[in-house]
Amino acid sequence: MADADVKTAAAEGDAPDAVDEAPKKPVDPDFEPEIIVFACHYCAYAAADLAGSMRLQYPSNIRMIKLPCTGKLEVIHLLKAIEAGADGVYAAGCMEGECHYLKGNLWARKRVDHVKSLLAEVGIEPERIEMYNMSSAMGARFAEVATEFTERIKALGPSPVRREGVDVHAAARDAAAGVAMPDDPAPSAVTSEEGPAE
Amino acid sequence: MITAERKPLDEILALVGDNKKVLVAGCDTCVAICLTGGEKEAEILASELRIKAEQDGRDASVEHTAAIRQCEWEYLDMIAEKVADADIVVSMACGIGIQSMAEKFEPKLVVPGVNTNMLGMPQEHAVWLERCGACGDCVIGETAGICPVVRCSKSLMNGPCGGSHDGLCEVTGPEKEEIDCAWHLIWERLKTQGREDLMYVNRPPKNWSRSSSGGPRKMVREEAKPV
Repeated sequence: MADADVKTAAAEGDAPDAVDEAPKKPVDPDFEPEIIVFACHYCAYAAADLAGSMRLQYPSNIRMIKLPCTGKLEVIHLLKAIEAGADGVYAAGCMEGECHYLKGNLWARKRVDHVKSLLAEVGIEPERIEMYNMSSAMGARFAEVATEFTERIKALGPSPVRREGVDVHAAARDAAAGVAMPDDPAPSAVTSEEGPAE
Repeated sequence: MITAERKPLDEILALVGDNKKVLVAGCDTCVAICLTGGEKEAEILASELRIKAEQDGRDASVEHTAAIRQCEWEYLDMIAEKVADADIVVSMACGIGIQSMAEKFEPKLVVPGVNTNMLGMPQEHAVWLERCGACGDCVIGETAGICPVVRCSKSLMNGPCGGSHDGLCEVTGPEKEEIDCAWHLIWERLKTQGREDLMYVNRPPKNWSRSSSGGPRKMVREEAKPV
């Protein structure tokens, strides 16, 4: 009788099949990934500003670290962001051929590709890291990339090395402290200088 | 310079085993210049090992450091404290540095994180070519400054052989890349020097006992030894 029950369950596709491909991780609808963006001051960071001015919607999962050029980004900065528990990391540099420093974005792409191979080596999906190119005029593209990448990471699920209680952005920023630029002050924090007080 | 390539991660993990406190030690001389084992690369490997340990649910602490040169006792003193604190050291130095560490810090477990591969010349950025076999009996004074020991696939002293074709060797590299025929290069350069006659010199068998075939080598400069 028990055998018959098992067979029925298997026939209906309820029994787990350990032999076939590994079961796909179900997408958790509540999963909100933490994503670090290394953005070039001349393009992607300005594009983010433009997206804001255009009132474009994009996921709040992304946290930016501003760089003078993505060419300043080193392998260890990307790895440390993953190590800190980021679910995804991407670099956003100028369009190819348009780098303010000529080839910084091309170096960044090579480094991102190298980190993909390092992640594969330690058993983490290489898709968690990416390189994008955009100009400062591409506010819509910035929002599109942020949305597309966030969806990609949501489908992958949390990073296997995600840690609760860690401020991923702060940790990634600390690791890149030697190359990161200060964030632009938020509009409310801008103070007006009206000359020396009498 | 001495060049090396990083070992595959699986091999390093097998060497590290269950040791909990791991120190990845870079060397900031030759292996740093060939972008394999300097402080930067040591930090990258340490990060990889931490991510892997976290993922496997293993309790491991991985730190990194670097010595200016791992092949000299004085520089090893500068990292002695960190070495003492570790269960195992993954050295990213060449084979000389790794052995210096193992000897200096005996019985500390010191394992290699790289494969030392050649005495190479940086041909262009990120490309190195083997140029010297450290054979202990240099012949390039007669071969137009081109070493037949490492640049001829067969290390011929009286080349070229019948496998030289259009300036290329009949042997190809591991990635099937073409290899220049060293003796063709020698002939072409001897012509520019007006020394073609050297091509007709019959060289006797080389004395390989001065190379590693003669056992471990030792060099002593009596005049330079401390008094």
